[in-house]
Amino acid sequence: MEIPYSVKANPVTGIPNGKFGIWLFLASEVMLFGALFSSYVLLRVGADVWPHGRDVGLSIPLATLNTMVLIASSVTMVMAWASLKMDQFKKFRLYLGLTILLAFGFLVVKYFEYTAKFHHEIYPSTSTFFAIYFTLTGLHGLHVIGGIIVNSYLWGPGAKVWRSEPDRFANRIEYAGLYWHFVDLVWIFLFPVLYLL
Amino acid sequence: MSEVVNHHPVHEAHHEELGFLRKYVFSTDHKVIGIQYGLTALVFLLFGFSLIMLLRWQLAYPGKPVIWLGKILGENFMPGGIMLPEFYNMLGAMHGTIMVFLGIVPLAVGAFGNYVMPLQIGAPDMAFPKINAASYWFYFVGGVVMLYSFFVPGGPAQGGWTSYTPLADIAPVGQTWWLVGMVFLITSSLLGSINFIVTIVQMRTKGLSFWRLPVFVWAQFVTAFLLLLAFPPLEAAAVLQLMDRLAGTSFFLPSGLVVSGQMIPNTGGGSPLLWQHLFWFLAHPEVYVLILPGMGIVAEVIANNTRKPLWGYKTIVFSILFIGGMSFTVWAHHMFMTGMGTTMSTFFQTTTMIISIPSVIILTSLLLSLWGASIRFTTPMLFAIAFLPMFAIGGLTGLPLGLTTSDIHLHDTWYVIGHFHYVVAPGTIFALFAGIYYWYPKVTGRMLNSVLGKIHFWLSLVFMNGVFLPMLIQGMAGMNRRYYDPTATPWGKAMQPFMEFISWSAWLLAISQIPFVINFFWSMWKGRKVTSDNPWDATTLEWSAPTPPPHGNFPTPPEVYREPYEYSVPGKEKDFSPQFIKEA
Repeated sequence: MEIPYSVKANPVTGIPNGKFGIWLFLASEVMLFGALFSSYVLLRVGADVWPHGRDVGLSIPLATLNTMVLIASSVTMVMAWASLKMDQFKKFRLYLGLTILLAFGFLVVKYFEYTAKFHHEIYPSTSTFFAIYFTLTGLHGLHVIGGIIVNSYLWGPGAKVWRSEPDRFANRIEYAGLYWHFVDLVWIFLFPVLYLL
Repeated sequence: MSEVVNHHPVHEAHHEELGFLRKYVFSTDHKVIGIQYGLTALVFLLFGFSLIMLLRWQLAYPGKPVIWLGKILGENFMPGGIMLPEFYNMLGAMHGTIMVFLGIVPLAVGAFGNYVMPLQIGAPDMAFPKINAASYWFYFVGGVVMLYSFFVPGGPAQGGWTSYTPLADIAPVGQTWWLVGMVFLITSSLLGSINFIVTIVQMRTKGLSFWRLPVFVWAQFVTAFLLLLAFPPLEAAAVLQLMDRLAGTSFFLPSGLVVSGQMIPNTGGGSPLLWQHLFWFLAHPEVYVLILPGMGIVAEVIANNTRKPLWGYKTIVFSILFIGGMSFTVWAHHMFMTGMGTTMSTFFQTTTMIISIPSVIILTSLLLSLWGASIRFTTPMLFAIAFLPMFAIGGLTGLPLGLTTSDIHLHDTWYVIGHFHYVVAPGTIFALFAGIYYWYPKVTGRMLNSVLGKIHFWLSLVFMNGVFLPMLIQGMAGMNRRYYDPTATPWGKAMQPFMEFISWSAWLLAISQIPFVINFFWSMWKGRKVTSDNPWDATTLEWSAPTPPPHGNFPTPPEVYREPYEYSVPGKEKDFSPQFIKEA
């Protein structure tokens, strides 16, 4: 049994099933993070005092570095997909590998930020500001880890599909890319909200 | 099941024999998954019902011991056969959780949606069969987690199905298990809803435009959007409550909270109202998740048994779409009494009144569909007809709760319980029964017995009303809900005969389900075999598939030639013109 439009686009909607599916998934993710950002706004508005991130020890230089790292990884992700479209599998491997490395780089920086907080005995229970800081960045971190797992699979064992069904594989990279850009985008919002404002 | 004669020979070309486990347990076939969802959900419905029957004992005869139950349930729950207040709270909380998240939604969406929807759009399966299977298993694990929570120290969640903070933040560990279970259930419905939307948009068969979709498919389509977009905020809320419980944060704990004379050690600065906003942002759309698939089933059954087109098909569809969008803007009508301010209350009162309009339009259309019809009073039709007045009572009793002034009097009374149970119990559950009686022959190849079915229907109708009608009166008389001992107040004591009456009705309602259970299993092996693939002379696509449909559903992809409910077309030989039959 063959599922229609699992690789080829549906002529009416112009996209295959998977692309529609990933966009719906991202819509639900918007609602997830949207609810958390709304909670942030409500807590901040309701608070007597609310610190600036930089005044309570959040490092703007490190966060800026991490923003650059993630944006770079988004660029390499697109390059990976474009390489596949141009039938250059080796280049694809290189760019997807770079994407995964940059994601690890982001997590390493995040690890140093977290441990620095713990050294100063700052935990989620310290204040509502740090509660929402750790929750939002933690959940975002989990999404980064999810992206690393998916991308590593597609870099390694999942890449076998390229030989048998190149279109299907290119689609998978595209969907993984859409997810990865979303993870970037969340950070683009987190950075000003937690560190700058 | 295999004895049934297939009128269309199955092409053996793609057929591969799967082992028992792959075929019936870890299957990716939408029909097997639908059946798995259905059976699991029915078991949970029965379990959730048992919890409340236990609770009804305490309400009818407060403090009266039941020695044998005490021996079974032990010292933690019913020492000496007397129900502890904590256990009373657990029963109420878990009844709500299990009925809503593990019973009705999985039955309405997981079972009926999964089994019927792809057949009705002429698709071979769902768009993502493996994700579909994963959705069931997430649901299953979520259910196991909820059941397991009965055995953790301190028992399961006891903060109501709403898990209001700060109470839920400081409850025993069972609440943590409740949150973990909810995360599994949310993941399950997320995977399911993506699958439903993609399948309906991408995989409709040739000729099946959106305006030729059966109402049931429209209902599932909108329901899937509600699940997709409303559940993530509850997941966010669950994450925040988990942080409060495990990491010592105070998202939902105000400063200086004192419990039992002790200061809570958390930092404070949180907002208990925030939980209510996040919770009801899910839970109000959830109400429509509960009712829309039921309306869809009723529309199918009514069109089929009135033998004429639905009155106002497009009106019904537009109303469903409008309800879907509007349901995201009414959540705070559950919170009028929290002191959130009159501006907010006025806004949500207005939206609530607006959303009642499309519901009334749908109900009116279904009612007008009966006008001038020569109705076939089959068992599914009886349930579908009864749905109309029952849901009407449920819907109309909601209006006084949606108006801020009358809500002051009715809030947190038994009236509220009567209201939403009329929507969900004799409303949705009757619709689901209609669906079971209607599609059972497609699933098994045998009819359910109609004598047992009619006994089941009439007894259920009488006792459902015996349970819920007195609740409305109790509430209007000022009886608070959730009281452990209803006789503790003088007005409660005066109304105690009501409590006894309701409890006995509930227990008799349970006995009334025995004919259904017998029928369900007996008919599987001994029921009357269907002689055609279309035993009800229906018009929609699922009846063109072989009975039961094989893997891949249709031997050749069907083609659709007309709108879904072309019954009694003048000049035609037969009184039904199926979508899938080309006529000159």
